[in-house]
Order: sequence, then structure tokens, then C-alpha cells
Amino acid sequence: MIVQAFAFYLFASVAVAAGVMVISARNPVHSVLFLILAFFNSAGLFVLLGAEFLAMILVVVYVGAVAVLFMFVVMMLDINFVELREGFLQYLPIGGVIGLVLLAELVIVVGGWTLAPGTAQIAAAPAPAADAISNTHALGALIYTHYIYLFQAAGLILLVAMIGAIVLTHRRRPGVRRQRIADQVRRSPAETIKMVNMPPGAGI
Amino acid sequence: MAELWFGYVWPLIWIVIKIVLIVAPLLLSVAYLTLAERKVIGAMHLRRGPNVVGPWGLLQPIADGMKLFFKETVIPTGTNRAVFILAPCVTFVLALIAWAVIPFGPGLVLADINVGILYLFAISSLGVYGILMAGWASNSRYAFLGALRSAAQMVSYEVAMGFIIITVLICAGSLNLSAIVAAQKNLWFVVPLFPMAVIFFISTLAETNRHPFDLPEAENELVAGFNVEYSAMIFALFFLGEYANMILMAGITTILFLGGWLPPADWALFTWIPGPVWFALKMALLLFVFLWVRATFPRYRYDQLMRLGWKVFLPISLAAVVVVGGVVVAFDLQPVLR
Repeated sequence: MIVQAFAFYLFASVAVAAGVMVISARNPVHSVLFLILAFFNSAGLFVLLGAEFLAMILVVVYVGAVAVLFMFVVMMLDINFVELREGFLQYLPIGGVIGLVLLAELVIVVGGWTLAPGTAQIAAAPAPAADAISNTHALGALIYTHYIYLFQAAGLILLVAMIGAIVLTHRRRPGVRRQRIADQVRRSPAETIKMVNMPPGAGI
Repeated sequence: MAELWFGYVWPLIWIVIKIVLIVAPLLLSVAYLTLAERKVIGAMHLRRGPNVVGPWGLLQPIADGMKLFFKETVIPTGTNRAVFILAPCVTFVLALIAWAVIPFGPGLVLADINVGILYLFAISSLGVYGILMAGWASNSRYAFLGALRSAAQMVSYEVAMGFIIITVLICAGSLNLSAIVAAQKNLWFVVPLFPMAVIFFISTLAETNRHPFDLPEAENELVAGFNVEYSAMIFALFFLGEYANMILMAGITTILFLGGWLPPADWALFTWIPGPVWFALKMALLLFVFLWVRATFPRYRYDQLMRLGWKVFLPISLAAVVVVGGVVVAFDLQPVLR
């Protein structure tokens, strides 16, 4: 038990410290690197909870894909750090409000757990016992049966976002020469090579 | 006192011993993979390859290592020092920690976790950070271009690899690597999933930035790509990480498609050879193909590389998930958990 407690406080404190560094680091690339550190420690916390599937998915999706795109954008953009700092006070009120809303929601959820411990069980679908099957099986058995419509709706939202991104950025530029693999494969020597018998010294 | 010793200290020492038993042979194989690469490509070019240091050049990797070890580490002034040093360490550490879940034989695994294949997929998807950080921290055009190319390339091929892993998981019915190998007891997955195995192998070539997809370090356009500013030991860390990744990818392909430690058939002669030897032999075969490809194929152009990843491999592997899943359910090949 001591080892688990030690690991929990290690992961939790590093995650919080990394989170603070994300918003206080001067260099945006360092911010993204600290964000990745925070993700990693959250994954560690998931493992401590026994949710190893979620931990791995967190690393694959957030660290392996989302943060790579962040990193790409931050590295490619020519960011003026001084200009970035200027708007800080201007955006502070709205940022603070969003933070307060999130905090209030967390308080309501956690408060609900402690005040009425049975409430979450009533709303949730019956989950199989954790030690009977692996949590990947348990998650699949819930998502694809009880929550199938919500799951499909989440997929549709992602699809709409994807189509939107393509529609917004894709444009056909005229005059661009593209390689058409099918055309190249379809060519035969008969139509592309002409054998000419030239007498020497005559020129073309 | 006895409880402290047997409860905490001894398990820790035992794990450290096991880690050393995995990492030491791994680093030795990395060293001799570099020699094998030069020898094999030399033979394919009708050259001799390294043959001066030691008998048949067998001490050449040791000499190369010593040279890199004793050189001066140069850190250019324009670099972001912390990230510059961190990048090769990340590459090297990621190449090593993935081996924690690889089963070398029945029960011969450091951590037999339930989500082994996801762990491997997560670790291999992190490999891009070492390169991206190196390219950015170097503060050099060539290094940055190499890093950007590499990041785009690795992210693209990961998608196809993920779908192919799903087809294997549908057939095996488990995320545990030992269970995946055990599921191939009667038939290796390379037989029913042959096209997937080929696509997976090509994707691992792209994932490890090997020929013909070695655009991140295309010498004749980018000097040496993302590691152009690195020297001495920090360069050696990149080099070791890259080759350890090659061996790791060969190991993953072996586990997913070639039946891991299982012998090709259940005959007496084959079963006498221990499992880890079969595992090593299969990996050696795949690594030979890695080197063979390097000696044979010209480098892809960048747009061709992206086309292959997104327009060829992704649709095929996506269709394969549907087809394999449909066949498995329709013919009831895999006991589905109710």
C-alpha cells in the first residue's frame, strides 16, 4: 500500500506542477512539452486506478496524436512572445470565469459522491465486476450495448468536425501538375517509344 | 526486517537483474546489427564490408562505439540546450522501455500486462518526439526540415499500423502479447492475414525512418536531417535508439504475425530448440529483409510517401478491419465474450 500511495503522490504532484508550468512557461514549445508530461502523469494515475486501457488510450491519442499536432503548429508559427503577453490582462476575466465554472462543476460532482454515495450507481449501467474480466472487455461490453447511441453520436460529431476541416482548407488550384499513377501505369511502350532509323550524319 | 527485505528490496533487485538481462543483449545486438548492415550491404554491392578491426571485422562496432565515446560533445550556441540534450535521451529511453512487455518465450516476459499491444503502440507513437525536439532545438534549417518530414511521416503510417493491429486483435481476441502468440499455436497469423503482414512490415520501415522511406535524413538534400547538429555520445544515443527501434519493430512483427516463440511446426526436432531461439531467428530474418530493402530500393519522393500512407495503406487496412471482423463473426471463428 505504501508503494501505491507514494506513486499516487508522485504522479499527482508532478501532474499539477507540469500543469502550472504549461501556463507559466515563456516558450510555447516548452509549454507543449510540459503538457505532455502532465498527460503522462495522468496516465500513471489511471494505471493506479486499475484502468490500464484508458491509460494507454490517453497516451496514444493525446500524447501520440493531439500533442504532436500542437507541437507542429507551435513550432511552425512565428510567434511574437511579447505580443502574446500583452493580451493577458484583457483575457483574464473570461478565462477566470471559465475556470470558475469548471471548478463549480467538479465541486458539484464530487459533492454528490460524498453526500449521496448511491446516486452514481442508479444512473449508470450495471458494470461487470472489475476482477472478473479485464477492463478492456468491461468497457467494450458497456459502450457497445448500453451506450451505443451516445457512442455513435460522438463518432458522428467527430465525422462532422473532420468534414468541416476538409471543406474549410481544401481548395482546387488550377495549373498544378499532379502525378497520376493510373495514367502512368496504363502507358504502353507502343504509344510512348518511337523507333527511328537515322542515317549517320544527317541530323533531325 | 525480513519483511522489508522480501517485500520490497529483493523484488526490486530481482527486477533490476531482469532489466539488465534484457538490455545488455539488446545493446550488443544493436552493435552487431550495425556490423551486419555493413556486411550485408557490402555483399550485395560485391564489396567486402568492414574487415580490418578484429577477425572478419568483428570488433568494428566496438571500435565505432569507442570513437564516439571519446569524441568531444559539441553543443552549438544557437540551440535550446535543455531540449537539445533531452531529445536523444527521449529517443533512447523509448527504444528501451518498450522491451518491458515483449515475451521472449512462454512466461519469459518482464511485465505481462493486459494491454501489452496498446503499450507498444503508445511507445512507438512517442518516438516522433525525440526527432521533433531534436529538429527544433538544433535551431538549424536542415535539422528542422528533417524533423517536420519525419513527424508527418510517422503520424501518417501509424494510422495504418493501428488498423492492422486491430485485425490481429480480432483474430487473437486479446490485447495481451503472450495470449496473441498463444492464439497462433495452430496457424501463424501471417497465413490468413498475409496482405496485412506485408503492409505492416512496410509501415514499420516508414515508422523507423528506414530506406526507402528515410526522408528525414535524406543525405543529399538535408545533409543528415534532424541529427545534423549532434556529435559524439548524444549522436550515439540517437543511433542506438534508431537501431534498437528496428529490432523492436522486427520483434513486434514476429509476435503479431510470425508466432513469436512458437516453432514452425510441432515436430520433435523443432520443439527441442527453445522458444527464445526461435524468436531471435525470426527477428533476424526480418532484420535481414530490412537491410535487403535498403540495398535494393531507391528513396521515395515525399508526395509519393504521403500518397502511399494515406491513399493506399489506410483504405486497405480500414477495409481489412471490416472484412476480418465480418468473417470472424459470421463463421464464429473467435469465441466472442457475451
